[in-house]
Amino acid sequence: MDPSNRLLLSGNEAVALAATQGSVALGTGYPGTPSTEILERFAALGGRAQWAPNEKVALEVGIGAAFGNARALVTMKHVGLNVAADPLFTAAYTGVQGALVIVSADDPGMSSSQNEQDNRRYAVAAGVPMLEPSDSQEAYEFTLLGIEISERWRIPVLLRMTTRVCHSKTVVRAPSSAPPPAPVPGYERDIPGRVMIPAYARPAHRRLREKLAQIAVWNEASGPNRRVEGSSGLGIITSGISYMHAREAAPEAAILKLGMTYPAPVETARAFASGVARCQVVEEGDPYLAETLLAAGVRVCGKPEMFRFGELNVDRVARLLAGDIAPEPAPRPGKPPQLCPGCPHRSVFQALRDLGCIVAGDIGCYTLGVLPPFEALDTCVCMGASIGVGLGLRHVLPPEQARRVVSVIGDSTFIHSGITGLVEMIYNPPPGGHLVLILDNGTTAMTGMQEHPGTGRTLDHHKTGKVVIEELARSLGIRRVHVMDPTLDPRAFARLAGECLDSGEPAVIVARRNCLLAAGRIKQYEKCDGEDG
Amino acid sequence: MAKTARVTNIVIAGLGGQGVLKASDITADAAFRTGLDVKKSEIHGMSQRGGSVTSDIRFGECVLSPMVPAGAADYLVVVSPDEVENNRGRLRPGGVLIAPGLIDESKLASKRSLNVALLGVLSTYLDIPESEWLAALRSNLPEHLVEANLKAFAAGRLTRSL
Repeated sequence: MDPSNRLLLSGNEAVALAATQGSVALGTGYPGTPSTEILERFAALGGRAQWAPNEKVALEVGIGAAFGNARALVTMKHVGLNVAADPLFTAAYTGVQGALVIVSADDPGMSSSQNEQDNRRYAVAAGVPMLEPSDSQEAYEFTLLGIEISERWRIPVLLRMTTRVCHSKTVVRAPSSAPPPAPVPGYERDIPGRVMIPAYARPAHRRLREKLAQIAVWNEASGPNRRVEGSSGLGIITSGISYMHAREAAPEAAILKLGMTYPAPVETARAFASGVARCQVVEEGDPYLAETLLAAGVRVCGKPEMFRFGELNVDRVARLLAGDIAPEPAPRPGKPPQLCPGCPHRSVFQALRDLGCIVAGDIGCYTLGVLPPFEALDTCVCMGASIGVGLGLRHVLPPEQARRVVSVIGDSTFIHSGITGLVEMIYNPPPGGHLVLILDNGTTAMTGMQEHPGTGRTLDHHKTGKVVIEELARSLGIRRVHVMDPTLDPRAFARLAGECLDSGEPAVIVARRNCLLAAGRIKQYEKCDGEDG
Repeated sequence: MAKTARVTNIVIAGLGGQGVLKASDITADAAFRTGLDVKKSEIHGMSQRGGSVTSDIRFGECVLSPMVPAGAADYLVVVSPDEVENNRGRLRPGGVLIAPGLIDESKLASKRSLNVALLGVLSTYLDIPESEWLAALRSNLPEHLVEANLKAFAAGRLTRSL
């Protein structure tokens, strides 16, 4: 082993390295913790990476690239796959020509998310094979394996990671030998394979199930699953980061560690379970493996319900194995995050608080407006929901309450899925009008200052086409569209917001002021743009 | 260097913006350079906004979980005085607390390098050659910050030899 191939990488960095070595022609996605660094690193390594407006578009672009016989990588956080679910389910039918690897970075414990959904369910629901790495070495290997499986069976592959795998740094030994050369992009017509009208989709569904059956056979015989020998008293079936916790919590146990969890290697599990007195499934999140194996008649024990919630760790796995369901110690109270001192969102939330608004909020730094001292956020559901939820409230509340409702959404979130909300506001305007406040701080701040179509710069900060939010709003027919820096004269800003709330018309205020943390960088990029142009 | 069979557990704690993650990157890199197995883990995201941040580093012959188990830290490095009590419970009995009070901040060229000064203290307890620490510092910091941080690191090391 060449020691120079020994690296200390996060799981995200390892995926990017594998994508580079695996000749991925295009990486696309939408920023979201804990997935964001994959594409940033892929770009830094020389890969072609771009941010899409949202995950649905990213996946569609990835499908197109794979239809064109290229290798594509599409990255997102778990809730992003909800947005991309529509293309996912049908791409499973069409399959791909090149390779399509979709990274779903789940967030058990919700370190930075609005829910802790378990996206292993998506692999089952859509019918796409799923790989679950447990450290950076496997993140590297499984990305390459995902490309291989995708090309061999012409099917999209889900690489399901979790926060601890994405963000932990562990040692990677990357082989110096190059993987097989990439296919040459080119279009091969296949109308019944790619045009999913019912007549073509019916056989496509059958083809998908045949592929999955073949992959299941392959997974049993030579899938990325391994056994750690141990006592015949306790056997553990596990996957992902839970494998690491389980080995440490029960060093004496025999372990079956699954790398491909859909289609699950049920017979491998059955043989393993029959060789131990007690076979416990250790998994984070939903009891997906336990349910799958129990349904197939494999003699395993699932976990107590309390371990569905939050992340696992060595201590929790030890308790799980001991059947200890006593209430767990509360996590230590740390200092909560807050809007930065000098953050331009602060003057906005001060104004909304003073105006007594009912605030339909959204996803981003400004969600922190819910915490003291502002406590000026009333709802937060998903990306873009502020506008629809605000309109729904306006439609049904008595007039004196309805006129206090405002939707608050950030610039990147607005581009992601707020535009259709504005269309709704024009198409089905509430009788008392509505106000949408777009907090434009010139960056995707929460995830670490990523570009988006509204900044007019690409993922690697070069000048490109720019969506101008106020022009977009005006083009939809909204007559009251204002642009104001909320920090220059906070009282004037509050006055304007008050007027719009009472106007009885659909209104948009773009509150524009660069994020304090990004302002220096943005100046630098703009300077470079000037020199380029 | 003799490789130890047991795993060394380190927790670094502080507030967002204090260089907790940078300090853990440097520590993990220094251990990595000795050829040992290393894992480092933390939560990004919301913690960037001034909230509590902790990062776990584990190294040894073979490291499994990337997270230091409860009450198992051999060393607890705390950059913010407010975070000491919050995190004290993570130390094992007899574990070493490296708190900001150990460093005379007025003697640092920049208060921003307190994190690295505390690593200087930590380094005196660990079986990692100083040369690996210095290499890790150089490779994890932008060039214009290296000099000040090397001084901060040296100041930290000095606190234990006095």
